[in-house]
Amino acid sequence: MAKLHKAFENTLRLQIMSVLIANPQYDFNAFKDVLEVTDGNLASHLRNLEKNNFIEVIKSFKGRKPLTQYRASPKGKAAFEEHLRALEKIIKMQQ
Amino acid sequence: MNTAEKDLAQIKALMERSTRFISLSGLSGVFAGLYALIGASLAYYWVYYPNSPFGYRQVYINNTVVLQKLLITAAVIFILSIATGLYFTWRKNRRTRGKLWNYASKRFLAGLALPLATGGVFIFALVLRDNLLMVASTSLIFYGLALVNAAQYTLGDIKYLGICEIVLGLVSAFIPGYGLIFWALGFGVLHIVYGVVMYLKYDG
Repeated sequence: MAKLHKAFENTLRLQIMSVLIANPQYDFNAFKDVLEVTDGNLASHLRNLEKNNFIEVIKSFKGRKPLTQYRASPKGKAAFEEHLRALEKIIKMQQ
Repeated sequence: MNTAEKDLAQIKALMERSTRFISLSGLSGVFAGLYALIGASLAYYWVYYPNSPFGYRQVYINNTVVLQKLLITAAVIFILSIATGLYFTWRKNRRTRGKLWNYASKRFLAGLALPLATGGVFIFALVLRDNLLMVASTSLIFYGLALVNAAQYTLGDIKYLGICEIVLGLVSAFIPGYGLIFWALGFGVLHIVYGVVMYLKYDG
């Protein structure tokens, strides 16, 4: 039985995960552009997802600037898919 | 709409909005530009030589052999550019481990396809009707429109390349005797400049 995941109750975390499912990896500034959120808000939710082991952080350098990229982990992908199935089920039951 | 439906709609919209076709390498542009310049030099030797290409004149390609050579050269440049583009995209993609045939690349190609196909058929009609004077400007304009149209699915800079191509094409339409020069500027020089800028900005 698919159930809604607690981590995705927050809209921003659900949005972050959606982006990471659709893209192999995504960097911090690109997140800021597409989600239109503040640095602090974004960073705290990214940290939460990282703590849940739903996303992996890849730190590297682009020229001399540090570049932090994020990637969905297998565990995160599975949780997201389960969350989607649960959402679909809720919609079906309401119809 | 209830919360679950809203969530799903939002997820779908975000997945589409967040994907960009970013694997296009700047090197593809540099090579496409080089092919175009080589092709334009060949065309110059067949059509203008020994006159300077800068002299204003009406085109008189009344020689079927020359026309065939030009069309074949254009086709070879087109195929070589696409093949080189595919190669560099594939190579860059392998490094970043992205999926080549994804939602964004499909939308990018679909965005290019309609204006390019329209322009291609229109140019075919021009050639058939012996309206060769307008071929260079027409190809620049439709190519530019295709780039602007597809720009929303890739790194935004390509829009500016598209706008430059359209402007060149429009200017060229008013002084059609310089078609080859404008063609070389648009498909040769602009591609190389764009390719170098993209390479330094994203690939380096």
